[in-house]
Amino acid sequence: MPLLAVTVLGHDRPGIIADVTGVLADLGGNLEDSSMTRLRGHFAMTLVVRTQVPAPVVQAELTPAVPDLVVAVRDLPDEPAPPSTGPCWVLSVHGADRPGIVSTVTHLLASYGGNVTDLTTRLSGELYLLVAEVELPEATDVVDLQRALAGVASGLGVEATLRPAEADVL
Amino acid sequence: MNGLLPDLPVGRVLDVVRAPDPVLAARCTEVDPADPHVVQLAADLLATQRVSPGCVGLAANQVGLGWRVFSVDVTSHPKARTSHGAFVLVNPVLVEASRNERGREGCMSVPDLTGDVKRATRVAVRGMLPGSGEQVLVETDAFEARALQHELDHLDGLVFLDRVAGAHAVFARRVYL
Repeated sequence: MPLLAVTVLGHDRPGIIADVTGVLADLGGNLEDSSMTRLRGHFAMTLVVRTQVPAPVVQAELTPAVPDLVVAVRDLPDEPAPPSTGPCWVLSVHGADRPGIVSTVTHLLASYGGNVTDLTTRLSGELYLLVAEVELPEATDVVDLQRALAGVASGLGVEATLRPAEADVL
Repeated sequence: MNGLLPDLPVGRVLDVVRAPDPVLAARCTEVDPADPHVVQLAADLLATQRVSPGCVGLAANQVGLGWRVFSVDVTSHPKARTSHGAFVLVNPVLVEASRNERGREGCMSVPDLTGDVKRATRVAVRGMLPGSGEQVLVETDAFEARALQHELDHLDGLVFLDRVAGAHAVFARRVYL
């Protein structure tokens, strides 16, 4: 069965998840993965749905069911999850808010082959915070990357720390 | 006075600095524990902490002074096990740390966020008492150990946001004790 990418975003209210997933369930769609959260008062859903129903039909059913929300449905190539590229690190960046913090920092990570697997940002008063989980290739010169991060952070007027993610002790 | 708290002048309540103020990101410098300004700061930190609900520790740079001094008082905190009451350490150093555990932290300098941070639950911290300069070793556990490590981080220019466990380990603060 094909996979679809379904994204839904709009002003938050009770019942968004119930409305959207109700339509998908009626179409026989199975939610294989999802991330749903509130972003500055907007509710954002990103879903990976397996269904026989073609994307344009899902779009046509969903759109009138949640007319207050922005809905996009697209085909998603069914590929295996990429293998982990290496150990996981946690990057924390915080400082006065300004444009370009996320792009500057993630460009640097990408230039070292770092793969961001999760990233959240928060704005709290004047304080902007970015926390990212990053897989770095085994051969990464982490000390060199930390030095480069300190350089771009200093240019942005923010603080940056990169530490190994703590493995869970089970 | 308890074992760790010398007689101090009357403390003044100071304004607490909030991130992203650069004073929170700079390493603090060692000071003379007998300096009357340091003794006054010790009293001021405790006075400021006392009027701040839920505040279990305060570092000098949180009131704008880049000195290696902090106060701690976890008395009657529900997560505390060992408690040394209210005390102030000058030029403190972490000498032992073991048994890491993840726990939730907040900070008066980051008032709207909390975060999960892994810290040692058993620590020994060496420092000097304000005034006499007497060397003391504080051995403690649980929440007091966490508070000490949080304050030691401040003196090195770090806040708990620098140590949060992951992208989903930061939260909007819901509780003001």
